[in-house]
Amino acid sequence: MPDTVTFKIKRQDSESSKSYWETFVIPYIPNSNVISCLMDIQANPENSKGEQVTPVVWECNCLEEVCGSCTMVINGKVRQSCSALVDQLEKPITLEPMSKFPVVRDLAVDRSRMFAALKKVKAWVTADGYHDLGPGDRLPPNHQEVAYKLSECMTCGCCVEACPQYNLENNFVGAAAISQSRLFNMHPTAKNIADERLDTLMQEGGIADCGNAQNCVEACPKSIPLTESIAEMGRQVSGKLWRNIFKA
Amino acid sequence: MSKQRVIVIGGGLAGLAATMKMAELGMSVLLISFQPVKRSHSVCAQGGINGAVNIKGEGDSPDIHFYDTVKGGDFLAHQPLCKDMCHHAPYIINLMDRLGVTFNRTAEGNLDFRRFGGTLYHRTAFAGATTGQQLLYALDEQVRHYEVQGLVEKMEWHEYLGAVLNNDGRCVGAVIHNLRSGEIRSEKGDAVILATGGPGMVYGRSTNSMVCTGTATTSAYLQGAKYGNGEFIQIHPSAIPGRDKLRLMSESARGEGGRVWVPRKAGDARTPKQIPEKERFYFLEERYPLFGNLVPRDVGAREIYDICVNDGLGVNGEMKVYLDLTHHTREFLDKRLGGILEIYEKFTGVDPREEPMEIFPAVHYSMGGIWTDYTRTEEGLIDHQSPQNQMTSITGLYAAGEADYQYHGGNRLGANSLLSCIYTGLMMSPGVVNYVNNVPEAAEDVPENVYTEASKNWQNKYSEIKKMSGNENPYALHRELAEQMISNVLIVRENSKLEATLDKIDEFEARWQNIKCVDTTDWSNPVPSFVNQLWNMIQLSKIIAKGALLRDEFRGSHYKPEFDLNQPGDFKPETYLEFEEQKTAGQLNESAFAPAHLDYMKRFSANNKKWLKTTIATYKAGTSGSAGGPEISYEEVDESLIAPRPRKYD
Ligand SMILES: Cc1cc2nc3c(=O)[nH]c(=O)nc-3n(C[C@H](O)[C@H](O)[C@H](O)COP(=O)(O)OP(=O)(O)OC[C@H]3O[C@@H](n4cnc5c(N)ncnc54)[C@H](O)[C@@H]3O)c2cc1C
Ligand code: SF4
Ligand code: SF4
Ligand code: FES
Repeated sequence: MPDTVTFKIKRQDSESSKSYWETFVIPYIPNSNVISCLMDIQANPENSKGEQVTPVVWECNCLEEVCGSCTMVINGKVRQSCSALVDQLEKPITLEPMSKFPVVRDLAVDRSRMFAALKKVKAWVTADGYHDLGPGDRLPPNHQEVAYKLSECMTCGCCVEACPQYNLENNFVGAAAISQSRLFNMHPTAKNIADERLDTLMQEGGIADCGNAQNCVEACPKSIPLTESIAEMGRQVSGKLWRNIFKA
Repeated sequence: MSKQRVIVIGGGLAGLAATMKMAELGMSVLLISFQPVKRSHSVCAQGGINGAVNIKGEGDSPDIHFYDTVKGGDFLAHQPLCKDMCHHAPYIINLMDRLGVTFNRTAEGNLDFRRFGGTLYHRTAFAGATTGQQLLYALDEQVRHYEVQGLVEKMEWHEYLGAVLNNDGRCVGAVIHNLRSGEIRSEKGDAVILATGGPGMVYGRSTNSMVCTGTATTSAYLQGAKYGNGEFIQIHPSAIPGRDKLRLMSESARGEGGRVWVPRKAGDARTPKQIPEKERFYFLEERYPLFGNLVPRDVGAREIYDICVNDGLGVNGEMKVYLDLTHHTREFLDKRLGGILEIYEKFTGVDPREEPMEIFPAVHYSMGGIWTDYTRTEEGLIDHQSPQNQMTSITGLYAAGEADYQYHGGNRLGANSLLSCIYTGLMMSPGVVNYVNNVPEAAEDVPENVYTEASKNWQNKYSEIKKMSGNENPYALHRELAEQMISNVLIVRENSKLEATLDKIDEFEARWQNIKCVDTTDWSNPVPSFVNQLWNMIQLSKIIAKGALLRDEFRGSHYKPEFDLNQPGDFKPETYLEFEEQKTAGQLNESAFAPAHLDYMKRFSANNKKWLKTTIATYKAGTSGSAGGPEISYEEVDESLIAPRPRKYD
């Protein structure tokens, strides 16, 4: 067993300042994950040169890979830091913020674009009200199985970080939002506004921006079938295009 | 659309349900949260949400659900609220289904239900093993829709610091801290709802998320709001040991047939699969033939403690037992429990479909919370129009969800929290809107200096914190506080240890003054917030420990062996009802009862008379030098609908 673990962390003090690398060597403790190590650094923020520095800033909440907060690039791969077990990582361990979002500070980034995309694709059920309107539709178990998988998306950003088409300059909605539009277009009442979602996907930044590189599906920690979703929404969009042509 | 607005702090299930319902009623809402609301702690809930829909034709009903809830809580819950909640539960599940929650289905396409602890019925609706996440997402989506329509404004990455009180002590807004720019300012609101969740972080490692520090409710307490039943902390029987967090192994694992056992031989070194069936001790099944592995959590946690500590039968001599699902097929397990089994596998590297899991008890939930009010109807239900519902003892300041105290008594039943969170959010909304429509003075018209004073007060506090240059690292000090609480204010409570803990807490409080603020920059700096939260956690730990010290009895999760009434093994709770009936009628026939039973019932009755009460902690400011602390008093509980009686689960 090693006595220590070395972390190389890409830090940045503010949105506009330059990034720099800082190394921390901390005692090895069995069963650590990246977050428990970042907590150890908080409790004793000393870099490898023995200087007292500010603790590293990162985001986390659930610590069990269900809230999506703690995404970062670990040893070059985008993933959740709470489920990145130190024993399974190559050393030294490098940590970087995601590159497809503006950095807020250190490993924390601003993912508001992903939430904005959920507005664009109208990822909701349009309800008549919250009073007692009886049960919803009966649905076969296999419908639930497909929908459940899609609804596990925790807006973590792995898919868009891995996507060659998603970048800081363009306005591609990304795989997660496309997959959410599939989820709502298959819901018995949310599909009432299916066409509005397709309209969004037909615009700039919509599904045409996807180059089918399939990196997204590989990167998704929840194994959401993103390429299937993209293909399905592609079909729905072409269907709508044809209908538009015949209507014209 | 009204010009007035309500500020909701926190976007977990309770906060989002209230936001959505008030928006439906046309009220503008400012929703403030630590982090994007979609990442709230509610996503961690795995097992499900209760509602007596009776899909399986078992004869389940809201009244039985009500009874189970009150009994599960050892009669400390407020009965009209529980009754109203249980009667609304089937509607809430239907509503969430309509809003798109991907609940599991039966072959016919109905919602499927599973069993959970503390009941004999299939009453728990579930969406795979991420029910909380799915419920939260559905509410988040509704709120996002209102955001687009302009009724809801969201301020994420903002922290609530305290309430703005006008000269009459009425809450007219909130002081908030922008966690990026560091700016501290006041927001006007005609009412403020604290839906800020539980305080698990007081114990450091628990099943809770990182933001669950209880800081917002503690701040309200420090401003004068009453805090209820602080000492009732739920210890969940089954968590996965971990260095940063004790991840939960949901009760649903037992609801789907998971069996808890230990080797019959102490220190048995064999692997679990090498141990033959007859050498396994299924202690819950043996001791509780009726409820078996699904006894309520307080009972389960105590039995595991007993088997490991008193009988020395824990796995490898440690505080661990096996939770075994290996008798099910992989396919069954993946379908019903996929998510939680993945968590176990991901964090331990062991496949629970092949090997029994190793689990142990961990801090999970706070039954206690900020004190809130309600208005009951004649029938023992709730008047949904009343502005008093969920109001704290500070006028205009409300609380909902795990932050409040009145639904779960001394012990919460599994899958009742998601219900109480959504229920409170929906139920309170018409009353809050009524309150806002009738406030004596709209926040708009409150003199500006009330707000600037409040902001200035907090700006000063934070600049003082930033100047702290002692030699205590706040994160390290937090670890010490947590160790103390875990060691002494957990499953088994002893007065001598509780007293020592209170002294220790005072020591931590003194050491807090000597903290070094390890980051003093202005941008996106979490350290000053943490230092402030740590102060609040220290204050909250006093409420918990002092409440525990003073409550000399054994009720629900609060177990003091010294005061165990030792229910005779052959006693039946119905006997007690008869005894009470005879007593009320003035015709007690003592000879009709077995002497041991009679004696027990007398003790039980006397104990209830003394202790069947809500603990109220009120902050008393310290005299020069000392920081002050909780003053404890007791309040009556509405127990008019179901007569209190001894609990029994075997
Ligand atoms: C692992 C786990 C599993 C569970 N499983 C179940 C289950 O199966 N069934 C069940 O019924 N219950 C379950 N529970 C309990 C249940 O999940 C919680 O009690 C419930 O989700 C609490 O919801 P809430 O809305 O009160 O608060 P939370 O979801 O905790 O939300 C609190 C909100 O307040 C915000 N906040 C907090 N403090 C501040 C502040 N100072 N300033 C600004 N914002 C703030 C947070 O950002 C967050 O948005 C489980 C709990 C855990 C820990
Ligand atoms: S398929 Fe490729 S281009 Fe399309 S969203 Fe996924 S990663 Fe991006
Ligand atoms: S689709 Fe997967 S990778 Fe993308 S945001 Fe959702 S959970 Fe993350
Ligand atoms: S902290 Fe929630 S996903 Fe890692």
